[in-house]
Amino acid sequence: MPKELIRLSDCTVSFDGEVVLDKINLYINDKEFLTLLGPSGCGKTTTLRIIGGFQAPTAGDVLFDGVRINDVPPHKRAVNTVFQKYALFPHLNVFENIAFGLRIPKADPETGKREKLSEEEIQRRVMEMLEVVNLKGFERRRVNQLSGGQQQRVAIARALVNQPKVLLLDEPLGALDLKLRKDMQNELKRIQQAMGITFIYVTHDQEEALAMSDTVVVMDQGKIQQIGTPEDIYNEPKNAFVADFIGESNILDGIMRADGVVEIFNRKFQCLDKGFLPDEPVDVVIRPEDVDIVPEDQGQLKGTVTSVTFKGVHYDTIVDFYGFKWLIQTTDFCPVDSHIGIKIDPDGIHVMKKSQYSGLFGDYSSYSEEYDEIGDATLEPEEEEEESHEE
Amino acid sequence: MKNRRSLLAVPYVGWMALFVIAPILIMVVYSFTTAAFDPTLANYTGMGTYTSIFLRSFQLALIATAICLLVGYPLAYVMAKEGPGFQRTATVLIMLPMWVNFLLRTYAWMAILENNGLLNQLFDLIGLFDLINGLFGTDIEFFRMIRTQGAVVLGMVYNYLPFMVLPIYSVIIKLDHSLLEAARDLGADTAGVFRRVILPLSLPGVLSGVTMVFVPSVSTFAISQLLGGGTHMLLGNLIELQFLGGAYNPHLGSAIAMVMMVIVIICMWIMNRFGEGEEQAVVL
Repeated sequence: MPKELIRLSDCTVSFDGEVVLDKINLYINDKEFLTLLGPSGCGKTTTLRIIGGFQAPTAGDVLFDGVRINDVPPHKRAVNTVFQKYALFPHLNVFENIAFGLRIPKADPETGKREKLSEEEIQRRVMEMLEVVNLKGFERRRVNQLSGGQQQRVAIARALVNQPKVLLLDEPLGALDLKLRKDMQNELKRIQQAMGITFIYVTHDQEEALAMSDTVVVMDQGKIQQIGTPEDIYNEPKNAFVADFIGESNILDGIMRADGVVEIFNRKFQCLDKGFLPDEPVDVVIRPEDVDIVPEDQGQLKGTVTSVTFKGVHYDTIVDFYGFKWLIQTTDFCPVDSHIGIKIDPDGIHVMKKSQYSGLFGDYSSYSEEYDEIGDATLEPEEEEEESHEE
Repeated sequence: MKNRRSLLAVPYVGWMALFVIAPILIMVVYSFTTAAFDPTLANYTGMGTYTSIFLRSFQLALIATAICLLVGYPLAYVMAKEGPGFQRTATVLIMLPMWVNFLLRTYAWMAILENNGLLNQLFDLIGLFDLINGLFGTDIEFFRMIRTQGAVVLGMVYNYLPFMVLPIYSVIIKLDHSLLEAARDLGADTAGVFRRVILPLSLPGVLSGVTMVFVPSVSTFAISQLLGGGTHMLLGNLIELQFLGGAYNPHLGSAIAMVMMVIVIICMWIMNRFGEGEEQAVVL
C-alpha cells in the first residue's frame, strides 16, 4: 500500500476575483512520479507553486505527511524545485550552485540547533550529485558556459543534493530541443528511480506526460479533468477535453442504445461500455489508429478521402463520413477522392458522458481547412506582388 | 558593411581625440616642463609638500563614498522591492535636486549651516543651547557647522548620493525574480537570500555607484570652497589655485592633476579586481 505524502484539499486560488484554481483535491503518494498536464493557464504551475510554498491558497489546505503546511515558508519545506528557466545563480560556478543549499545552516529537527555541514561533507555530496547527473569534471565551469541540457542537469543536481522528499519540476525540458528532450526524459526517470523520491512534474506536452509518469493529472480551466495512469488517461478519457488533449481522437455524437451497443450516424456499433441510461446521448471517442480501412462494400461506414499526409511511420488520412471528417492513421496509402470503408473493433470505441466540452473537439474538418487557409495565405502576397510589378 | 557601420563612430572618435586625448597629452607635457618649457622632473619631486592635501582629499572622498553607500544601498533596495508607485515617487525625489543648479544648492546649504543660519536658529528656538548651557555650564550660542570638514562631507554626500542610488537600484530591479525564489527554495531565509544572492549580484551597481561618487568627490573644489570656507584645502582647490589663483603655475597644476588621476585609476582598478567575481562593473 503506497503511503500518501501530499494532499491538497479544496485548494482555491484567485487573483483579483479571477479564479485560477477551483477547489482542487489531489493526493500524491511517496515515491510517485506524478505529472500535472494541461494547456497554458490551466492552473498546473499554480498547483506546483502551492506545493513549493510560493503561492498560498486563497482557500483550502495543503497537507504534507498529514501536517498542514499552508503557512510554512518555502525554505522550511522538504521540497525542492527545478525552475522553468533553471534559475541558476550566475555569480557562482557549477560546484557552488549545487552546494548552495548545503552551505545554509539547517536547524536540527530534534535539538533545534543550527548546524553547518563540514566542507568535506559538502564536497562529497556535491561530487556524488555531479556523478548522478553525469556532469563530472564540470564543477569549476561557470554556469553561463554550459549548454541548455547541462544547465538543466545542474538545476536538477542543485535541488536533489538537499535530499528533498519531493522534487518539483516546472516544465524543465521546455527549452531543450527534441532529441535532448527525449534523452532527458529517460534521464529524469532514471534519477527518480535511483533516488527513490517523489517527482511532481508540470508539462503541457502530453507525450512527455505519458512516457514518464506513474500518474497523470489532466487540468483545464483551474479544474482537474481526470486523474489516472497514462493508460487510463489515453484509453478511458473521461470527457471530450481529455480525449482531445491526449493524443489524436475523433469525437462523435452517439446514442447509447443498450449496454455494449452505441449508435453513430444511425448505425449500431458493438462496444465494451456499459451502465448508461437507455438512449442516453453520449460522446464517442475513436482513436485514429483503431480504425481499419477496408474495401468500400465491406465497411461499417463509407466515406471519401479528402487529404493524405505522409508522417513517416504512417499516413494521416482525413476521411469525410457524411460531412464529419475523421482522422485515420494507417500504413495503407489511400489516394485523395478514393471511396473507402472502415471497420472498428468493439475495443476501439470508447463512450463518454456528455460534458461542457461536448461538441468542441474531435472533428477534423478544421484540420484540412487550416491547411487550405495556409495555402491561400501563401498565394495572396505573391499575387499582390505580381500586380505591383505590372504597375 | 561592417566597415561602413564603423564610419558612424568617426565623429565621436574625432571629438574624443580633440577634447580628451589631446588635453591629457598637453597636461603630460606641461607636467614635465618648466615655465620656459625645458624638461624637468621638479614638478613631481616637489609633490611631497602636498601630501597632507592628498591624504585629506582622499580621506574625505572615501568617507563621503562610504556614507553614500550606507545610505544609498538600503534606499535602492527598498525602492526596488516596493511597488511602482513608490519607485516613481522616490526616483523623482532623488532626481529633483539635480535639476536645481549645483551652485545654488550648495549656497543653500551655506545658508542652512551658517553660525546664524537656519539650523542654529532652529536649535536656539527650541532652546537646545539653553539646555546644554544649563546642563554643562557652558556658554554656547551656536554650533560651528560651516567651514568644517563635516560640512564638506555633507556637501559631497548631498550632491552625489543620486549617483550611488540609481546604479544600484537599476541592477537590483533587473534581478531575475526566479533566482530569489530558487534561493528561498534551497533553504535561504530573507537575510540569506539577500546575503547570498542579491548582494553579490548587485556588486556591479555598487562598483559603478562608488566610482561615480568617489571620483567627483576627490576632485571637487566648489564644495570645499563654499562649505569648507577654504580652511581645509583639497586637491581641487590646490589645482584651481595653480591655474586660476594667485599661485599661478599650470606646470605644477598639471603634475598634481596627473598624480591624482593615476591614483584614482589605480583605486578603480583595484576595486574592479576585487569585484571581479562575475559581471564587469560599468566604469564611467
